[in-house]
Amino acid sequence: MMEFNFKIESGDFTNAGSISSSVKRALKQLNVDGSVIKRTVVALYESEVNVVAHSHGGEVVVNIFDDCIKINITDSGPGIPDIEKAMTQGFSTASPEVREMGFGAGMGLPNIKNNTDDFDLKSEMGVGTVLKFVNYFKA
Amino acid sequence: MAKVAEIVEKLNLKLVAGNEGLQNVITTGYTSDLLSDVMGNIKSQSVWVTMQTHKNVMAVASLKDVSAVVIVNGYAPEDDLIEQSNAEDIPLLVTEDTAFDISAKIYELIK
Ligand SMILES: Nc1ncnc2c1ncn2[C@@H]1O[C@H](COP(=O)(O)OP(=O)(O)OP(=O)(O)O)[C@@H](O)[C@H]1O
Ligand SMILES: [Mg+2]
Repeated sequence: MMEFNFKIESGDFTNAGSISSSVKRALKQLNVDGSVIKRTVVALYESEVNVVAHSHGGEVVVNIFDDCIKINITDSGPGIPDIEKAMTQGFSTASPEVREMGFGAGMGLPNIKNNTDDFDLKSEMGVGTVLKFVNYFKA
Repeated sequence: MAKVAEIVEKLNLKLVAGNEGLQNVITTGYTSDLLSDVMGNIKSQSVWVTMQTHKNVMAVASLKDVSAVVIVNGYAPEDDLIEQSNAEDIPLLVTEDTAFDISAKIYELIK
């Protein structure tokens, strides 16, 4: 088993994607199936960007087992008031500046759901959001 | 199969960075300015046509194994996007054409 820990700063768009890139490299070295790698990096990238764009900052814990990868993304708030609404394709509270950069299509959470085998999103207002997902290496 | 070098030459695209990737193969393309849309829908070995000019473009391009990025309307790529293109060896190309026009021209070449 391998464990990796990363921090994410709020508003740090220039580094968004660097965690996904490290995990992609690690999975490639382990000869994980290409389609699993692709799905995992899509989900992780969208998770990274959400913490950068919508939260006060957070951290990512990646655990790679023989048969799966488990990723937990935790942030320190403000939280998501209505998870069902947030999961709706097209729903976004992104600021105009963030939209101008091409974020804020409201497709990130749906992308994460579509690219993971197990998906669990929980949030408490004033505390933070915890997103956990798992991808298995064999179907 | 078309290579990046071919569309650069035939469509007179300006090669800004990522020269090492000129032999990348292009089998299809995707035209969009919404990063999550590209993240969710672009296929590998694509040419990505966009008006976005900031560094995250290369993060997405690299994670999705994109063959080349074409920036439209003559917009200038930001410096850290240029650096990242060289780091990833993914060619960064600029055209004066609109997204519609250049997508149509690329399609004609690779179809
Ligand atoms: N970690 C988070 N903390 C607080 N709010 C969040 C968080 N993640 C998502 N949200 C909320 O859920 C909405 C939908 O998220 P989603 O990722 O689907 O779209 P987006 O980030 O707005 O746009 P896109 O991902 O397409 O660039 C966000 O606009 C935001 O309101
Ligand atoms: Mg998002």
